[in-house]
Amino acid sequence: MDLMEYQAKTVFAKHGVRTTVGEVVTTPEEARAAAEKIGGKVVVKAQVLTGGRGKAGGVKLASSPDEAEEHARAILGLDIKGHVVRTLNIVPAAAIAEEYYFSFLIDRANRNYLCIASAAGGMEIEEVAHTNPDAVAKISIDPATGVDEAKAREIAEQAGYPADVLDVAAVEIAKLYQVFVTEDASLVEVNPLVKLADGSMEALDGKVTLDENADFRHPEHAAFADTSAEDPLEAKAKAKGLNYVKLDGSVGIIGNGAGLVMSTLDVVAYAGEEFGGVKPANFLDIGGGASAEVMANGLEIIISDPQVESVFVNVFGGITACDAVANGIVQAFELLAGRDEHVSKPLVVRLDGNNAEEGRQILDNAGLAGLERVDTMDGAAKRAAELAAK
Amino acid sequence: MSIFLTKDSKVIVQGMTGSEGTKHTTRMLASGTNIVGGVTPGKGGQSVQFPAFDGQDTAISVFGSVAEAVKETGADVSVVFVPPKFTKGAVFEAIDAGVALVVVITEGVPVHDTAEFFAHAQASGTTRIIGPNCPGIITPGESNVGIIPASIAGAGRIGLVSKSGTLTYQMMYELRDFGFSTAIGIGGDPIIGTTHIDALRAFQDDPDTDAIVMIGEIGGDAEERAAAFIKENVTKPVVGYVAGFTAPEGKTMGHAGAIVSGSSGTAAAKQEALEAVGVKVGKTPSETANLMRAIMQDLSK
Repeated sequence: MDLMEYQAKTVFAKHGVRTTVGEVVTTPEEARAAAEKIGGKVVVKAQVLTGGRGKAGGVKLASSPDEAEEHARAILGLDIKGHVVRTLNIVPAAAIAEEYYFSFLIDRANRNYLCIASAAGGMEIEEVAHTNPDAVAKISIDPATGVDEAKAREIAEQAGYPADVLDVAAVEIAKLYQVFVTEDASLVEVNPLVKLADGSMEALDGKVTLDENADFRHPEHAAFADTSAEDPLEAKAKAKGLNYVKLDGSVGIIGNGAGLVMSTLDVVAYAGEEFGGVKPANFLDIGGGASAEVMANGLEIIISDPQVESVFVNVFGGITACDAVANGIVQAFELLAGRDEHVSKPLVVRLDGNNAEEGRQILDNAGLAGLERVDTMDGAAKRAAELAAK
Repeated sequence: MSIFLTKDSKVIVQGMTGSEGTKHTTRMLASGTNIVGGVTPGKGGQSVQFPAFDGQDTAISVFGSVAEAVKETGADVSVVFVPPKFTKGAVFEAIDAGVALVVVITEGVPVHDTAEFFAHAQASGTTRIIGPNCPGIITPGESNVGIIPASIAGAGRIGLVSKSGTLTYQMMYELRDFGFSTAIGIGGDPIIGTTHIDALRAFQDDPDTDAIVMIGEIGGDAEERAAAFIKENVTKPVVGYVAGFTAPEGKTMGHAGAIVSGSSGTAAAKQEALEAVGVKVGKTPSETANLMRAIMQDLSK
């Protein structure tokens, strides 16, 4: 889960990282009140989960509460790369002397942690790395030893931070490492990390990605979820414990196993080229041991998507053999009928793997309306795309 | 021969008395795996009856710790079915007991926990980890550690390495007429103990593997690095498949590591990297299987 700036700064503050959380508002009037409360010049910052806010006009300096209100009115509702601004962060304008870049992240290639730091801050680090690679320090971190203040000072030196900030930078970096590990973050980025006119340092912005696999030890992270921006179907699926991602095509997809479902989307899109660019409507992985209830829940979500014109159920019988899956589909139809939902869209089912013959027989005997059986994945994808195009 | 797992492997099951552990211990025994014990803290001294390979019931002893299980049985492989909360502790225990291969099936392990136990395994210098969040490893006819259904395909001379469980099954099924030396599901988490490269290296060195199928998916750059490795080190034919061409940017597709971030981690980039080093990449799993079928037919001429 990605956190918005104000949420990230809240987490920073919890671990003693110097930052200003400021005020969080959702209306121009609240923005004015916040500016009055803070006093002096303030910065009005759009809270969206994407970069490039400044360039898009989502960050503005205001010299008065009037101006803060005016800026808030302009920024709220702004569409920044598909993200609509609903929340603003109002902070006092800082007396910035210098800007640096700093981050900790999971290094997939080396299977440890990576620290990226640079004395060139404020701009996209990819850009700095491209134009001036020597200005970007990449430091591998051993998860077994971590980052204490001594290591943090080494990092600051390697990053090329000026001598007069090394001591204070070391303190902040060690705290940021605590944020990274104790909050189970897969990314902690501060851009810019600034030196203020008085020589102190502050995290002026914050980007944090939390590992949802670690939610069991962080019940407090649930409060960070931004339900307002969620797709309604995704929210509904999540509430039912389904692994669902909404896409923009017309073939509803259900499969077992993340890799097989991803592959199914590709095969459908590939087959769909023949029918005027038919595309998959969603990703839905019902897992290896899917019960009839899970199948019913999945079908219910998919048929409630108005864009869906046909449904492709692609199952490879592994641990849960095909006969069990077929019984699950038959029961799912019954369950849905019981909920007064009916499978109104044509359904193409491909069963292969363990007990495939038995499974196919069960489906044939059930004679479910609108259900077609195709034995191969490629053939079934083609048929589902064809039905969606009709 | 095979890689990482043979008929001589002595396997313990961490979390054997839990529901998943019990179910899959039954299945592993039925496919001939030499399971020498289970580990459940607090339940040492008990034993559990399982139906065995030959139809007779067999009693598997439960130990309170991995160290004790290793001491009593000489186990060199452990398969971990414990819940995510306890996985890090379980893997540390196996590493500290000197277990050579630890296969972590558990899904949903926090990535920092994986980073820590992987670092610990590296420091030990003696333990290979497969997973987490993977279906495990099978050397058909010899040993099966994890949840891969043994009935899909028998022994043969194709090596298979895959980030995805069901695509592993799918590919084994499609190529069941040839069979496999070893098939490994390495898992789709951001940090994994055994990579495509580790498996490719082992298959290249395995005299009983003739050709390799490599299945990847969106996220990270493991496939690109595997391509570079193949160019320098692999002389056996490799066929590839990559899932996730239609995945949108910024969305996690089921596996924790399956995410396109900005322009990195795309399926197209992976396909391109593999094709650039001469790996044939199938458009669909079936097409990929057909590419391998043609290679195997050529090799047998």
